[in-house]
Amino acid sequence: MYDFEFERPRSIADAVKALKTEEAIAFSGGQTLMPTMKQRLAMPSKVVSLTAIEEMRGVRQDGSGIWIGGATTHATVARETKDSYPALSSLAARIGDPAVRARGTIGGSVANNDPSACYPAGVLASRGVIVTDRREIPADDFFEGMFMTALEEGEIVTAVKVEVPETAHYAKFIQPASRFPLTAVFVAKYGDGVRVAVTGASESGVFRWTEAEDALSGDWSADAVDGLSAPDGSDMISDLHGTGDYRAHLVKVMTKRAVAAC
Amino acid sequence: MNRIELKVNGKTVSGEVEGRTLLVDFLRQTLRLTGTHVGCDTSQCGACTIHMNGMPVKSCSVLAAEADGAEVTTIEGMANADGSLNTMQQAFQDFHGLQCGFCTPGMVMAATALLRENPKPSEGEIRHYLEGNICRCTGYHNIVKAIQAASGQDVTPVAAE
Ligand code: FES
Ligand code: FES
Repeated sequence: MYDFEFERPRSIADAVKALKTEEAIAFSGGQTLMPTMKQRLAMPSKVVSLTAIEEMRGVRQDGSGIWIGGATTHATVARETKDSYPALSSLAARIGDPAVRARGTIGGSVANNDPSACYPAGVLASRGVIVTDRREIPADDFFEGMFMTALEEGEIVTAVKVEVPETAHYAKFIQPASRFPLTAVFVAKYGDGVRVAVTGASESGVFRWTEAEDALSGDWSADAVDGLSAPDGSDMISDLHGTGDYRAHLVKVMTKRAVAAC
Repeated sequence: MNRIELKVNGKTVSGEVEGRTLLVDFLRQTLRLTGTHVGCDTSQCGACTIHMNGMPVKSCSVLAAEADGAEVTTIEGMANADGSLNTMQQAFQDFHGLQCGFCTPGMVMAATALLRENPKPSEGEIRHYLEGNICRCTGYHNIVKAIQAASGQDVTPVAAE
């Protein structure tokens, strides 16, 4: 890694100030950022760590939903949502490996918006809202494409809010070497409709499979997925692990499995 | 440069580190605690696993500056007070849980973290927990046995006895 200036502010306000420097980057656990910097794919002049900001940590009940501080680790989310939102807990408990879960955070994951990351699917399916230092952004508007989000320069994800559905499941077809999903589907059933969010498949990152949502909102059963044709494989990621068509096929299979497991 | 102060194996240590200094380099090069190994430097292998505030972390993927104020335990802090191997270490020896030994410090640290969370893990739970720790020698079977034994569960003895 090239050297950089390092700051570890204790409050959101100080972090925002520290990020005003040109080429400063927010660091929220670093389980993606550090490997990226080691490869010199990122060369920030300043790293602003968000891990010491108490007001950005923890999991709380928030009305009918759950508030999760942006700097909360996957391990903490897995532990703290076990009873309140088991499907989200199970998603967090399957990210990476235990050491990664002890450092990586939900804020870092959604801000990075890796097209194969787990959290974007969970947050999008759970009618999530991304809270930043300056506004609240519905997940539907937040995830804009592969590694792209609605965040402005220097804007920090301070928390993520999700609504707890009646039932939900995260079906992850794991790529065993990276432990990222090859394709994964988070299905969440609310009183007034079903949400189906897909990660690991599309070239444009996490997306909602609306055909499946419509079908499942009318008929909540794994069979309801059978009648659908898989999404278009030409928009899907193709790599040595699987072609676009294969991933498109997986979208359907994993949606069905997720519903069956609910 | 950043000034850091942390506890390593119960002792308070401090130092000046660059922003980019990795925690593993601080441990190995500054403190000369070379029991923590670097197998990959890319967060894949888990040889560098240590405990930071009670949680297993890959010290090649933690900035030393992030460890300011933390409590760190490395493999050097695992033995009993009299210097003899602790239960987990002894079980690795008894059940041939190591061959070249390169992965072993990380394995012992990960296994110890597992038992703290889950005192009597099943074979499947052990294998799942060790997903981030790679061993090129043993084929894992005896590592799993060692951890089961260290957790007080019955294990079939090793074939090579
Ligand atoms: S050296 Fe840290 S994970 Fe391999
Ligand atoms: S004993 Fe050689 S790598 Fe595990």
